[in-house]
Amino acid sequence: MPELTLTSAPAHIRHGSNIGQPLTRRDGILKVTGQATYAADNHPPGMLFAVMATSSIARGRVVSLDVAAAKRHPRVVDVMTPDHKPQLAIDPELKTNPFVFRMEVLQSNEVRYANQPIAVVIAETQEAATEGAALLAPRYETLPPLVGLDAGESYMPPVVGVGNPTENHLGDVEAGLAAADKQIDAIYETPPQYHNAMEPHAIVAHWDGDRLQIDMPTQGLMLSLARVAELFGIAHKKIHIRSPFLGGGFGSKGFLAGPQTLGIMAAKLVGRPVKLVLRREQMYGPVGHRAPTRQRLRIGTDGEGRLTALDHHARTVSSTFDDFYEPAADASHTLYAAPAIRTSHDAVRVNTGTPLFMRAPGEATGSIALESAIDEMAWACGLDPLAFRLKNYAEVEPMTGRPFSSKALRACYEQGAARFGWAKRPLQPRQMRDDAGLLVGWGMGTATFPALMFQAEARAAIRRDGSGVMEIGAHDMGQGAWTALAQIAADSVGLDIDRLDFKSGTSDLPDAGIAGGSAHTATAGAAIHSAGAAVIGKLADLATSDERSPLFGAGNAGVIAREGRLIRRDDESRSESYAEILARAGVAEIEARGTGAANPAAMEQYAMHAHGAVFAEVKVDPELGQIRVTRMVGAFAAGRIVNPRMVQSQLFGGMIWGLSFALHEAAITDQRTGRIMNANLGEYHIPVNADVPPLDVITVEEHDPHVNALGIKGVGEIGITGSAGAVANAVWHATGVRVRKFPIRIEELLTQG
Amino acid sequence: MKQFDYVRPATVTEAVAAAAQPGAVFLAAGTNLLDLMKGGVSRPDRLVDVTHLDGLDRIETLADGSLRIGALVRNADLAHDAEFARSYPAVAEALLSGASAQLRNAATVGGNLLQRTRCAYFYDTASRCNKREPGSGCDARDGENRGHAVLGWSESCIATHPSDFCVPLVALDAVVEIEGRGGRREIALDELHRLPGEAPERETVLEPGDLIVAVRLPTAARGFAAHARYLKVRERTSYAFAVVSAAAALRIENGKVAQARLALGGVAAKPWRARAAEDVLRGVAPTADAFQEAARRALEGAKPSGDNAFKIELARRIVVRALTLAAAGTPARIPALPASPFASTSGAIHA
Repeated sequence: MPELTLTSAPAHIRHGSNIGQPLTRRDGILKVTGQATYAADNHPPGMLFAVMATSSIARGRVVSLDVAAAKRHPRVVDVMTPDHKPQLAIDPELKTNPFVFRMEVLQSNEVRYANQPIAVVIAETQEAATEGAALLAPRYETLPPLVGLDAGESYMPPVVGVGNPTENHLGDVEAGLAAADKQIDAIYETPPQYHNAMEPHAIVAHWDGDRLQIDMPTQGLMLSLARVAELFGIAHKKIHIRSPFLGGGFGSKGFLAGPQTLGIMAAKLVGRPVKLVLRREQMYGPVGHRAPTRQRLRIGTDGEGRLTALDHHARTVSSTFDDFYEPAADASHTLYAAPAIRTSHDAVRVNTGTPLFMRAPGEATGSIALESAIDEMAWACGLDPLAFRLKNYAEVEPMTGRPFSSKALRACYEQGAARFGWAKRPLQPRQMRDDAGLLVGWGMGTATFPALMFQAEARAAIRRDGSGVMEIGAHDMGQGAWTALAQIAADSVGLDIDRLDFKSGTSDLPDAGIAGGSAHTATAGAAIHSAGAAVIGKLADLATSDERSPLFGAGNAGVIAREGRLIRRDDESRSESYAEILARAGVAEIEARGTGAANPAAMEQYAMHAHGAVFAEVKVDPELGQIRVTRMVGAFAAGRIVNPRMVQSQLFGGMIWGLSFALHEAAITDQRTGRIMNANLGEYHIPVNADVPPLDVITVEEHDPHVNALGIKGVGEIGITGSAGAVANAVWHATGVRVRKFPIRIEELLTQG
Repeated sequence: MKQFDYVRPATVTEAVAAAAQPGAVFLAAGTNLLDLMKGGVSRPDRLVDVTHLDGLDRIETLADGSLRIGALVRNADLAHDAEFARSYPAVAEALLSGASAQLRNAATVGGNLLQRTRCAYFYDTASRCNKREPGSGCDARDGENRGHAVLGWSESCIATHPSDFCVPLVALDAVVEIEGRGGRREIALDELHRLPGEAPERETVLEPGDLIVAVRLPTAARGFAAHARYLKVRERTSYAFAVVSAAAALRIENGKVAQARLALGGVAAKPWRARAAEDVLRGVAPTADAFQEAARRALEGAKPSGDNAFKIELARRIVVRALTLAAAGTPARIPALPASPFASTSGAIHA
């Protein structure tokens, strides 16, 4: 890990003693000793257990439920159904803002997808509630479900992803293709995938009069709070949500989910605290997923191997009742310098729970198709895949012509390729074998993810004893927010991290926005940085305007905060501790607030993205078709690295997910019923330890003065992009067989091998 | 949850009596049964817990040189028994390629034999399944069935038996010792599991109350130790059921195959002994051509039950490879990735 060189800009002057340190997780001991309290670990007195009954059909109507049988079961307290439930303050179908998704909370008997909640049984024990739910024995009126990418008439969604245009054009793609020396035209398919966070969605809801205490994992405390407030018609200040730890979220815990709402409703219905935890199979429906895609890429190159046109079309699906469109084709906006680019999307509606953001939504699905197609194009041109990418390197963002705020992708290519030994790669496929006769292949992919910023605020304080406080309702999904944000916080007030009380993870703290879009460290970090700067500014005012202080007259900009002292910039022998300053002023605590948000002017002027290059080696049994990844190297440039250890783990996780995308993950949907047939972690394959090779992550030094005050770009999602394509391309290089349907299956290599 | 009786008999005789009534099932480690109960796939009225019975957890060599493995011996304990692994290396390799370390630590020999199919339609109580609900139909037949049977299936059921352990056992003529209401009897493991025919709900020839108390490997099974392998193709490196697997064991004398044993896993409702293939290998040199012919014979009569024609070709290739590996000789140590095509990949330290 290269030593971070801190800039000397005044805003950064205090940063460095904590930021950049590879601290281990500050919550690690709590977690490994079982003391970290996850939502479902809470048991308020009198708590009951709620279990959902879910639909076994994908489309139709529930015509009967044997509520009496469930109620007769010992220790069952009540059964919540569309006919017996507390009223909500607003219709949950109402889209009150673009980040509101429709949810199934027993508003009617209609069934819109398999695994939809159709009733909730509340009991004194988890076992009784579970059996009560089984006793409901629902009968249905079943309609033929809409399943798959060809389920019906396609249409163009109004927008894809988060308000992205459905189509984008640059230049004349058809002319570019017509003029091309070489072309490829290929179709890639990606399956539905489910987030499968280790911790299932859970809630413990406790009404105390009109006050509501909620324990639930959420990536967006204030978004969830606002949604609860509007659904239940109560003031924000009456709601308190605790979410100190999440066992993963990956986008599926960004918004209040239907089942969590049901937990609150159940608690209201019975007038006692209620816990509701999803079973694994119940996570395959009401809490989002990554929609399947079918992507067509047409690419043309001139005689020199330069792109003449890039046309990327993606077909995806949404639910029959709401809209979320995987923006897969948008992956082609930023990486390769084609004079003509067109990206477009269409969709069909199917009987599924509404798809949702899932780690690198659009980027992941789009990247594996784009990186495969680029690999195919390189081969068609007779060029090394890295040489081809360098030949078509985007010096400015292709779609917009904007310069990049920073882009160290060339360094990523160079350092990654050198570490991997890419130069020795034969151009032709099926050229390498290991000692045991296994086919060996090397593939690469380019990684990219936008550097986003949302909005956050933070409160900083310095106490009389010289210690600090930083408060922000941030979210630790496992990515290490408790550690990384505390490092930023400690630096922002010039204290050692152990002298700072970092408070986070509850809704009564300042709004940290959401932990999503790989933007949490940047956004919450910016708010923390600004709050810290503000409180130090106040402290400096106090000291420098007091003639009894050795800092008197130094001026606000004339002091540096370091290790709990303000120090004269021009004479470091003159300093004063925070405690001394506050004691003399007779102030118990001094506080300030700060905010973090995107800078619209900078965003208009610059394209802001993190980049990376991933190199993979696979081995394939030449006769049997079984595949194993044996090496991966990823080099990523993502601005300032706050905690190298956490960042490395994030990138490892992303790379493993990329491997999983290429070789393992797929929800198997019965085409007749719309039911998911592998809704469990035994059969929904993700890589196990033995599938994960030694991973090598290089973080390439990159200074970005434009993305935010701290120069952070975010690393939560980029690791998947590039990695999935690198593995797929390595399989081609090993076998000479180009598989365009993911995950790559043994039979594809057998029949063509 | 559903009320059921739980009984813990003190003796095998009591256990047999307790399990003879309708709706009773034996509980050993429960690595499969408890999942089935949680999912509502099995709803027994009575669990007869046999885990406390004395004398069923021993591995013993009998006077005639055969080996007797108690039904309650844990999969991991058996696989890690050095003498066992030396004498029956393909069986140890198969055991270590199954499930996960945690499951192997719990799962028992008897339970492994009686584990249920992994057909998703069997587990999904909203689907029709003749095995779960006789006469209801088979939703796998026209469903998602790329993993299903290519041998011995019927229109009633296309499920496969998922065991790895059973595959080399059946190749080595293992015998199952059963205690029943009529006393003790024994049958060949090859006779234990039934093909589905018209009654896929009847998975074995066991009668109510029958308790498997031991599995025996005959004396002759040791004769293959120098040339015995298990090979399992799966969709991830570990913790996955076989797409197709094979156990191959050879007795090679003077450069010729004196005797061959071959069985396939993941292809049928039972571990599939390929006797026709064994026959063509007897007395011939262990060559690629001979193995190809054996593979052809092993898959005679195979037909796709759905979107799974590839399994037939895959099975042929696995047979050839397993025989080739067996002919090359049993490795001194079980590979770090047991039964994997990547067994020889350096750097693999666990599975």
